[in-house]
Amino acid sequence: MSSPHPALVPALLRIADDRLILGHRTSEWCGHAPILEEDIALANIALDLIGQANLVLQYAGTVEGAGRDEDTLAFFREAIEFRNALLCELPKGDFGVTIVRHFFHGLYSVLQWDALTRSTDQTLSGIAAKALKESRYHVRHAGEWVIRLGDGTEESHRRAQEAVDALWPYTGELFMQPADEAELVGAGVATDVSLLEPSWRTQVDEVMRRATLRVPDGVWMQRGGRDGRHTEHLGHLLAEMQIVARSHPGAQW
Amino acid sequence: MNTTDRSWPLWEVFTQGTDGAPHQHAGSVHATDAEHALQNARDVYARRNEAINLWVVPSAAITASTPDDVGPFFDPANDKAYRHPQFYKVPKGVKVF
Repeated sequence: MSSPHPALVPALLRIADDRLILGHRTSEWCGHAPILEEDIALANIALDLIGQANLVLQYAGTVEGAGRDEDTLAFFREAIEFRNALLCELPKGDFGVTIVRHFFHGLYSVLQWDALTRSTDQTLSGIAAKALKESRYHVRHAGEWVIRLGDGTEESHRRAQEAVDALWPYTGELFMQPADEAELVGAGVATDVSLLEPSWRTQVDEVMRRATLRVPDGVWMQRGGRDGRHTEHLGHLLAEMQIVARSHPGAQW
Repeated sequence: MNTTDRSWPLWEVFTQGTDGAPHQHAGSVHATDAEHALQNARDVYARRNEAINLWVVPSAAITASTPDDVGPFFDPANDKAYRHPQFYKVPKGVKVF
């Protein structure tokens, strides 16, 4: 292989950081979910996401060739070096926020992984094939819950609708194609995420209809995470996620 | 409303380990409905490759014998040795058993 394209590492970080940050957020439910079965389900999902991030970060470290492994990339980068969408770093909120976010991001994730299974980069297509199966299950889990919460009790409907309203302005960023990835898309390595939006929206609308929820109209879409401009929430998340690795550098289990 | 009324129904979970194997009782989960029960069963009992197929059955749909039935239901088999395969001698030359 010739020397890697300079945009490949940032492109891989965008994929990995979404899963790492959302995975960490989801792990905050461990021991706090409404019932035991859901506690296990959310912990499983968190582990799946962190596992996906692990594979992509490992590959990013190899491509970068600067001696950073997946742990260094996860635990020794500052907030401005993270490339996750803002949606992933927002506080976990109540169960409604958690579920609606998993649904929005999971659906995006399925479409992205599915497209990446056809990547001309064989490492990336291999990771995508494995992750796609996991993400399909995440969407099924979240989608069924969205319908039950939306079309459930008066309180569950209210909370689910509040979650949709609060999170919707953060969904647009998922489909804003970073300009520096144009050549990677042209070479068939990366996916043009803007092409995924129509299919995402069709599937969101179908579940929202069954859940008797509505999507807000004409909302300004927040952006910044893909370029390292984050909300104040990411720093707090990283402080907790990174403290052990930073307090005991090089520690082994 | 007391806490019992607010809890979700209980479902019994049966897992099938391999193709053709019988489904075996694995345990139970709480869930709002059948599809939800399948998901919970998957997360609790089938997340480490234990199963290729799952059944969930409302626990309330199961009719079980009671401890009082032990005598009338099960004892009569003991004194009828001819009901057990061991009663019959295997002919010489049959080695597969």
